[in-house]
Amino acid sequence: MAMSEAADGVVPYEPGNRPDLPPPASERGIVGWLRHNLFSSWLNSILTLLGIALVVWVVPPVLNWLIFNATWTPPAEVRNLSRSANLQDCAPNGACWLFVQARFGQFVYGFYPAASRWRPDVVFVILCASIYWLLAGWTPQKKRVAIFFFLIFPFLAFWLLYGGLGLDVIPTQNWGGFMMTLIIGVVGIIVSLPLGVLLALGRRSNLPVLHMLSVGFIEFVRGVPLITVLFMANVMLPLFLPPGVEFDILLRVLIGVILFSAAYVAEVVRGGLQAIPKGQFEGAMAMGLGYWQMMRLIILPQALRISIPALVNSFIGLFMDTTLVSMVGLYDFLNMVKTGFKDANWIGADMTGYIFCAIVYWVCCFGMSRYSMHLERKLHTGHKKR
Amino acid sequence: MAQPATQAQAATDTPMIELSGVNKWYGQFHVLKDINLTVYPGERIVVCGPSGSGKSTMIRCVNRLEEHQKGRIIVDGVELNNDLKKIEQIRREVGMVFQHFNLFPHLTVLENLTLAPIWVRKMPKREAEEVAMTYLKRVKIPDQAQKYPGQLSGGQQQRVAIARSLCMNPKVMLFDEPTSALDPEMIKEVLDVMIELARSGMTMICVTHEMGFARTVANRVIFMDRGEIIEQNEPEEFFLHPKSDRTKLFLSQILHH
Repeated sequence: MAMSEAADGVVPYEPGNRPDLPPPASERGIVGWLRHNLFSSWLNSILTLLGIALVVWVVPPVLNWLIFNATWTPPAEVRNLSRSANLQDCAPNGACWLFVQARFGQFVYGFYPAASRWRPDVVFVILCASIYWLLAGWTPQKKRVAIFFFLIFPFLAFWLLYGGLGLDVIPTQNWGGFMMTLIIGVVGIIVSLPLGVLLALGRRSNLPVLHMLSVGFIEFVRGVPLITVLFMANVMLPLFLPPGVEFDILLRVLIGVILFSAAYVAEVVRGGLQAIPKGQFEGAMAMGLGYWQMMRLIILPQALRISIPALVNSFIGLFMDTTLVSMVGLYDFLNMVKTGFKDANWIGADMTGYIFCAIVYWVCCFGMSRYSMHLERKLHTGHKKR
Repeated sequence: MAQPATQAQAATDTPMIELSGVNKWYGQFHVLKDINLTVYPGERIVVCGPSGSGKSTMIRCVNRLEEHQKGRIIVDGVELNNDLKKIEQIRREVGMVFQHFNLFPHLTVLENLTLAPIWVRKMPKREAEEVAMTYLKRVKIPDQAQKYPGQLSGGQQQRVAIARSLCMNPKVMLFDEPTSALDPEMIKEVLDVMIELARSGMTMICVTHEMGFARTVANRVIFMDRGEIIEQNEPEEFFLHPKSDRTKLFLSQILHH
């Protein structure tokens, strides 16, 4: 044995003294990477070449349209305000970003009066700061920020956006654009998560009434398309209210979206709950923890972590579904952009408008997706494969 | 069956645990048949028997992880019934160690130990951490306090689980096959901790097949089969002169392999 190894050029070692050797060249470096990832078999080599061809074929025209042939700056007369821009100022074979520039205010704020647009800006900044504060690892005083965010901020935001108490009242009919999309998306997500968790716990409850109510609600809502829920919220909700009570249409839509989303969140969370081993419940109970302590401290943190991918999937879906509110007459971001290119000056700018919408929605959803992946890594403990 | 005289520090003491006429069914299946068992403070009881004999079910009834349908279970003077407050009160005083550890994987070892003292006993965090570190030293892994359970070996995890129960300062400890899920080389470190605990005077009920452990620390060994307590005796008598045929068969199967 030792003889043949020596003949292969390998030094014979005493048992237990064999050192770690570096892997062979074919496993290392750029060659190894290429071989493993791109050319590991004939089929994969062909697919790699086809892929390269596809990129060469598609990417240049797309970049040309989006960037190089696109019109970025308005002509001189528009810049010195002697007239407003229109589609004729744009090159025909590229994107017309002038359209986005000219309509940007409406895309973001809808018909919110220009003089008051600082109010949604303030709300947006506080929203982003609070969310960052709550989610980042290093920030102190999370409890106080959470109390502010969940108990005070909603009222503050409502006051700033709607007005009253010294501010001009701006009715929700004037709200719109990306602001509307964010309001529906953020409120929908933040309110439907705890509601969905409660529904999931209700569905797993041993109390028959609670169980049946939860199942009934979840199955009813999941069996109906969102657009139906929105129409119902719009048309039917007033029927259940005493006459004379007016419910704002945005509020009606929000309630519809929240209830709809909560049903899906409930099922996602239920899946997470089912993945928690019985031993975790028993371990918690055996130490004398009550039901809510057990759920809050032991079960839900684990169940929600497991559910993150599916939850984010639901939330991305919800964010996209906010476009459906245009069906009940609200001007969300997409609807606002569509209104933009119905303007006589901009007829024909629809391609640019839709692409712009797609980019904005994509950035938002990709952001959520990346954040969820980051969160999964951060919450990961133990030895499982990532 | 007459209860053998234990080293009976305390035949006059009130019992710590008293099961009288306990019966339990899973559907049609009669798992526990008329169980009578009295455990005095400071006693160490080892429960053995073939798989499916109801050993685990019996000790899980003591802290109400399983519900019994007939008979009475009194723990530390409190009778177990459907009253949640009483159940939680008893669970605070009864520690339990499981076959699969049941540590909380999303919390560090230290957080696992301090969770119940903080939330159930309302102990200040700092004090809970001090108590936790004392017990981690006692089970000989204070250096693992900041790790997650998933980063520890099975033996270490089980020692953490024992320390976690001890942090609640329980009056009784229940062990449900604490070494059955461990690799052979880790069984000893866990048994050493349990022996040390037994010597400190803790009242213990252990479901285990570690007969060496039973010989070393038990006051009484209980043999269960098909939901009944077949035989109970001091370990010496139990192993040398088992009375019933089923006990003899069981012992021959686990001791001669």
